Amino acid sequence: MAATVGVVVFPGSNCEHDAVEAIEALGGTARIVWHGSADLGGLDAVILPGGFAHGDYLRPGAIARFSPVMEAVGEFARSGGPVVGICNGFQVLTEARLLPGALQKNAGLRFLCREATVRVERTDTALTSGTNVGDQLVLSINHFDGNYLADPETRRRLAEEGMVALRYVGNPNGSMDDIAGICNPEGNVVGLMPHPERACDPLTGGTDGAVLIGSLLASAGVRTSY
Amino acid sequence: MDRSHAPEPAPGSVAGVEETAGVAEPLHRALGLTDEENEAITALLGREGNELETAMFAVMWSEHCSYKSSRVHLRRLPSEGPRVLVGPGENAGVIDAGDGLALAIRIESHNHPSAIEPYQGAATGVGGILRDIFTMGARPIALMDPLRFGPLEDPRSRWIFEGVVRGISGYGNSVGVPTVGGELVFDPTYTGNPLVNVLCLGILPIDRLVLSAASGVGNLAVLLGSRTGRDGIGGASVLASAGFEEGSAAKRPSVQVGDPFEEKRLIEACLELLQSGLVVGIQDLGAAGLTGATSETAGKGNVGMDVDIRSVHLREEGMEPFEIMTSESQERMLAIVTPADLDQVMEVCSRWEVRASVIGKVTGTSSLRVLDGWDGPVLADVPALALGEDRPLYHRPLAAPADLDARRELNALGALRAPGPGESEDDLKSMLMDTGPVWSQYDHQLFLNTVVGPGSDAVVLRLKGPGVNSVDSDPLGRAGSDRGLALSTDGNGRWCSVDPRVGTAWLVAESALNVACGGGEPVALVNCLNFGNPEHPEVMWQLSESIDGMAEACTALSIPVIGGNVSLYNESAGVDIDPTPVVAVLGLVPRLERRPPAVGLVEDQSIILLGARDESQGPGALDGSAWAARRGHRAGALVPVDYEAHAALLGLVAALAVDGLLGGLHDISDGGIALALAEMAVASGVGAAIGGVRDHAELWSEAPSRVLACTADPLGVLDRARAAGVPGLVLGSAGGTRIGVEGLLDLELDEAVGAWRSRLSG
Amino acid sequence: MIFEAMVEIRTRPGISDPEGATIESALPRLGFGEVSGVRVGKAIRLSVDAPDEAGARRRLASLCDALLANPVMEDVEITLMAD
Repeated sequence: MAATVGVVVFPGSNCEHDAVEAIEALGGTARIVWHGSADLGGLDAVILPGGFAHGDYLRPGAIARFSPVMEAVGEFARSGGPVVGICNGFQVLTEARLLPGALQKNAGLRFLCREATVRVERTDTALTSGTNVGDQLVLSINHFDGNYLADPETRRRLAEEGMVALRYVGNPNGSMDDIAGICNPEGNVVGLMPHPERACDPLTGGTDGAVLIGSLLASAGVRTSY
Repeated sequence: MDRSHAPEPAPGSVAGVEETAGVAEPLHRALGLTDEENEAITALLGREGNELETAMFAVMWSEHCSYKSSRVHLRRLPSEGPRVLVGPGENAGVIDAGDGLALAIRIESHNHPSAIEPYQGAATGVGGILRDIFTMGARPIALMDPLRFGPLEDPRSRWIFEGVVRGISGYGNSVGVPTVGGELVFDPTYTGNPLVNVLCLGILPIDRLVLSAASGVGNLAVLLGSRTGRDGIGGASVLASAGFEEGSAAKRPSVQVGDPFEEKRLIEACLELLQSGLVVGIQDLGAAGLTGATSETAGKGNVGMDVDIRSVHLREEGMEPFEIMTSESQERMLAIVTPADLDQVMEVCSRWEVRASVIGKVTGTSSLRVLDGWDGPVLADVPALALGEDRPLYHRPLAAPADLDARRELNALGALRAPGPGESEDDLKSMLMDTGPVWSQYDHQLFLNTVVGPGSDAVVLRLKGPGVNSVDSDPLGRAGSDRGLALSTDGNGRWCSVDPRVGTAWLVAESALNVACGGGEPVALVNCLNFGNPEHPEVMWQLSESIDGMAEACTALSIPVIGGNVSLYNESAGVDIDPTPVVAVLGLVPRLERRPPAVGLVEDQSIILLGARDESQGPGALDGSAWAARRGHRAGALVPVDYEAHAALLGLVAALAVDGLLGGLHDISDGGIALALAEMAVASGVGAAIGGVRDHAELWSEAPSRVLACTADPLGVLDRARAAGVPGLVLGSAGGTRIGVEGLLDLELDEAVGAWRSRLSG
Repeated sequence: MIFEAMVEIRTRPGISDPEGATIESALPRLGFGEVSGVRVGKAIRLSVDAPDEAGARRRLASLCDALLANPVMEDVEITLMAD
């Protein structure tokens, strides 16, 4: 049976339809999970999609992390379940402390919707298992607050424990160490600013994102077989 | 005071004296109603209106809401067509797109609010147009923004430009509707009065189409969304209609503030209510606030309504009834529901965290009554229909400019000398502009439908809603839809200042040709008519001529006009803007198997000119052109559109665009062949060498009905052109590091790219 | 007792503040060359019901920690204005 990926919707999320479309196009099954739900109900993987949860008021992700669903997502992550935060979802994961660091305003002080090339740095993660280190992927970025930063200690830890999953080739937003995506040491929780779901169709955004969404489906499938 | 609605001074009196004499001005005049309009109200009510009633009439009868100056002309536009489901007069026009899907489209201006507070003016413009679309039951899937400002070198124009772009970006991105394109023009005519137009397109299953009529005595009117505050009080009559004089900062308090997060929740809640069949009718709260929404829903349903102002959630204490009834607070909707469905409606709203309260009841009378408490005193009692149906209709005097004939004789080709060495290269560099720094601030990809995004002749989207059927409760998703839609917005104040009638016809032709470049067959048009002060007879003449030109072109090309917006009083310091109608043509793309050809060149392919050359070689070739305007020449006579030839070109281009025969494609318009070729070159980083262009007139002519195509199969394309009855000529080929037109132009590609890039960023 | 409070949230020293830097770089051109050290933050006004000032401060500090500020990049300063 195809892996089932839950796509969490907060008030203000807007990329949930796109995540669902990409998952289904690649043979997975998707289910929308409302942020008020405290139970994930037997999912194989979770995506926190892009958008502006709670309007990004106060700080992106700051209010969303208190939604009932986030406790369940936290438990799911701690039990080894694959969790991917895309864009606003990445911001929610850092606010929820499921990933370290924070995302501040782009160095150019402008919203950026454009192509960005990323290089794969680590392949034993829920999102990159189908890639090779050094692979370059062309994806879209679409954010105002994508400038990753962390304190010096965390920065050291990211390097030592290999927690950087993707780096920009040509830094678009001032991100520390060109970081485009990071993961937890175990690799099952991944956050990234680029949108892989926007690059799964040659007509609309290229196909470089398919390997990432495909990797997530594979990770979810492995989990089902436990 | 609002000069635009000031009554004509009495004979012999000196304007302004009345106010300084210390005599209190009658209420109706202060509210912007003329003495005649006030008499009409008295006749309708059978008595004098009280303060609240007069205020309600004043907002509904403002130019902005009533179209009192333009309606008499708008009637001449063709609005019927086989695909038209809803024409002008509703919140949005709707066409049948086939397969059980419909498309709703509307364009609107937010010029005056944006001049005062650029960020919020533009942001609330986006919010307002979205509500017009989801009011119809459609999910908004695309926004476009035709923008016009004064020169970038003018600091205030730059400030307005940057604020407007940030406002569109801030609101549009956050509300979660992609901004897929638009226009960007800088011209001195817009220095004191920018044009900020915004278009929204929505998609809906045909059976969800709803109109805004209330029905069913005893049904309830539920106000959804934001609390009502004092923002935008008098906005409809003050902000939207008044020209700009010194001291506009004093008008700032009535600027509305947008909340995209509230709007996002409102979209989701309303679409869920509509999809679940829980509402009888629904209407957004626009320029005339609660007065407009309640009177329109009641009037259209031929029923009456009681409104209890105490039930309206307020943001501020101590608001007067007239403030509550005319407030333009954003992000509000009025839903008509049956008492039996009320609990379910409240439940949906509560899940989306949308505030909802019953503020009105449908009655069997024809009166709109405003009550202070359900059993309290009646504060206003007016015939619901009177506010809308009985609005004034003016046949304002119109007159062609006195020097019209003389100006028509001044053709640019005769009046201006041919360019000297280096001049053409400088002209070209001054016209190139990379709009990427603007549109990269807009999310133009959301919903995975954007096949061709900003920066092309037409935007091309897949014909589907967001998501997929199997999961989404919204039954719009059609993943992998093999049909598409193409959309283009086009305006040109320069053409229309030379000749508003032919200039507008050129616009319709250009917009349709852009849509064809995206593979689309034009099916509908909406317009946003930005003109000056209608009390100036020349402006009324421009408006009337422009509408005639549009009617002629739309009739000839069989494109129905399904909606429009008129923005008058675009003037500053007594000077009217150039007449700037903006049209948007919507087309359907029957097959979408590959991306249509880009505005670009492919190394070693041939460059072909498609379309007749007679007009671009004739004596009027340069009239209306950017080349002539750069030399201060804005006169002459635009060549008429040959509709038969244009229709043949439209069919040919649309077919070529979807057949995969072309490597690049661009219509010839602003800046003529020179700019079209250069834009193709800089966008792709490939040079070009062409010949066969007769002279500088043909190089810079903006005569309609021509495109440049780039192809690896020139004979095949020429065969197709011949079969379609369209002249075609191979001009040269793509490649190299220069942009060259034999004997006329020679510019290094890198230099062109540099000029293109630095225009906005430098 | 109701305490009116002002919570000021600033980017922590050493963390780049592009907005502040942009404003500062514009100052010499405007004739304010003597102004420096521009940092952009947020100010949040609120009121809190607490038995005493120390209690109010404690509650506000935990609110800042939980929601209002992100300690990875922000510092807070709480100012109490007792009625």
